[in-house]
Amino acid sequence: MSAAPRRPAPAAGLLRVVWLPGSDRLRGCCHCGAELVADGPVQVWEWLLAHPVGHRAAVPATAVPTTAGTVR
Amino acid sequence: MVSAMTEFPREQWYVAAYGREIGRELFSRTVCGESILFWRTGAGEVTATSDRCVHRRFPLAEPPSRLVGDRVVCGYHGFSYGADGRCVAVPGQTRVPRTARLRSYPVLERDSFVWVWIGDPERADAAAIPRARCLDAPGYTVVSGMEPLEAGYQLLVDNLLDLSHETYLHGGYIGTPEVADTPITTEVDDEAGVVYVSRRMADAECPPFYARSTGLSGRITRWQDIEYRPPCLYQLHSRIAPVGVLPNADLSDPAAFHVEVVYAITPETGHSTHDFWAVARDFALDDAGVSEFLAEQNRIVVLQDVAALNVLQRVLDTEPAGYQELSINIDTGGLAARRLLARLVERSEPRGTGDGAGRAATPVTAR
Repeated sequence: MSAAPRRPAPAAGLLRVVWLPGSDRLRGCCHCGAELVADGPVQVWEWLLAHPVGHRAAVPATAVPTTAGTVR
Repeated sequence: MVSAMTEFPREQWYVAAYGREIGRELFSRTVCGESILFWRTGAGEVTATSDRCVHRRFPLAEPPSRLVGDRVVCGYHGFSYGADGRCVAVPGQTRVPRTARLRSYPVLERDSFVWVWIGDPERADAAAIPRARCLDAPGYTVVSGMEPLEAGYQLLVDNLLDLSHETYLHGGYIGTPEVADTPITTEVDDEAGVVYVSRRMADAECPPFYARSTGLSGRITRWQDIEYRPPCLYQLHSRIAPVGVLPNADLSDPAAFHVEVVYAITPETGHSTHDFWAVARDFALDDAGVSEFLAEQNRIVVLQDVAALNVLQRVLDTEPAGYQELSINIDTGGLAARRLLARLVERSEPRGTGDGAGRAATPVTAR
C-alpha cells in the first residue's frame, strides 16, 4: 500500500479517485467509506458507480490483478 | 446509443458570445445546431431569437436584413420583428399572422459572457448558470478570445480534463515534464454534477507562459486544480509560487501568483465547437505587456489544441463504428466528465418539431 496521505471519506455524493504516488494504481474512495485499489480508471469508476454493490465501509482496500491498462 | 438528435445536452445554459460581441449590429451564432440572432436593444439589453425569418427562412443576420431602432427588418421581404421576436409588420397588409413570431431564447449576461438557454424556455433557471466571477471582478485582469474548432465538443472536454498533454503538445509554452509525471486526484460531486481534477507539482520547471508573466526565474510549486461544470464551463485554477512557498494557514496566499484559465465549451453542431478561452490573473494588473504576452501565448496554445483536435476528429470520422480506446490513469477525470455528459444527454428532452416559432421565452430574472 502506498504512503499516500489519507483523507477522510468523501462527503455524501462525492466520489474520489487518488493516483497512489510511486505506483500506477488508483484508489477509489466512496462516500460510504469503502475503498478499492485498482489498475485503471474504468475499473475504479465502475466500482464506485455500483455503490452499494461490492462496497463494504471501512474494509481494507482490495487489490485487483495488475494489467498494463484498461481497454474500454 | 445516442442519436444525432441528442448528441449534446439540451435543457442547459451555454455561452454563445462575449458581451462585447453583441452590439447594435445583427449577430448570428449557431449553438447546439440552432442558428440564433443576437443584438442589443437601445436600452442595452441583449436579445436572442431564431435567426430565420418565419416567412421564407431568410437569415436575419444577413444583409440586407438590418436593425431599425429596436426592430429587425428582414432583408428579403421586410418582415419586421421586435426584441421579443414578435412580428410587428409584414409587407402589403395590415394583418400580421398570429403565428408570425421568432423563437425567443432565454439569454443573460454573466461574467462577460452571454449565456443562452437551449431547451424548453419554461425550464430556464438563471441560478443554474455556473459562475466565472474572475472574468468580471476587481482584482483581476483578463484576456480572452474564441477559436472555432472543427471537432465535437467531447474531444475538447477530453483534452481539457487531462492536462498531461501539455507536456507533449504545448512544450515550450505551458508544458514541462512534471505535468505528465505528476499523479492526479479526481473527485466527482455526483449531485452537483462537477468534476474536480487536482495536480500538485511541488518542484517543477517554470514554463515560459508563467516565467515571463510572473517574473519567476527558478523552479516553482505549480498547482493545477480543474473544476468542470458540464456541459459548458471549465475552470483551471492555477497557482504558481517559488518552490516551497505554500498558502498561509488562514488560506491567504500573498506570495503566489494566481491564474484562472477559463474555457466555455459550446457545441456549434455535432462536429464543431466554439472554443471560448479566457485568462484572468491577479498580478501585474496594469501591465499591458503582460496582457499582450498572455493573450498571444494562450491563443497559440489554444490553436495547438485546435489543430490536434481537428486532425483527431477527421481521423475518428473514418474509424469503423465500435472502435476501442485505451484509458489509463491520466484519463480518470476525462472519463468522469464523459459520464456526466452522457447523463445530461440522457436527461435531455427530445427536441420538438420545428424551431419552436411562436413560442415565447419566459423572462429570466437575474439573481
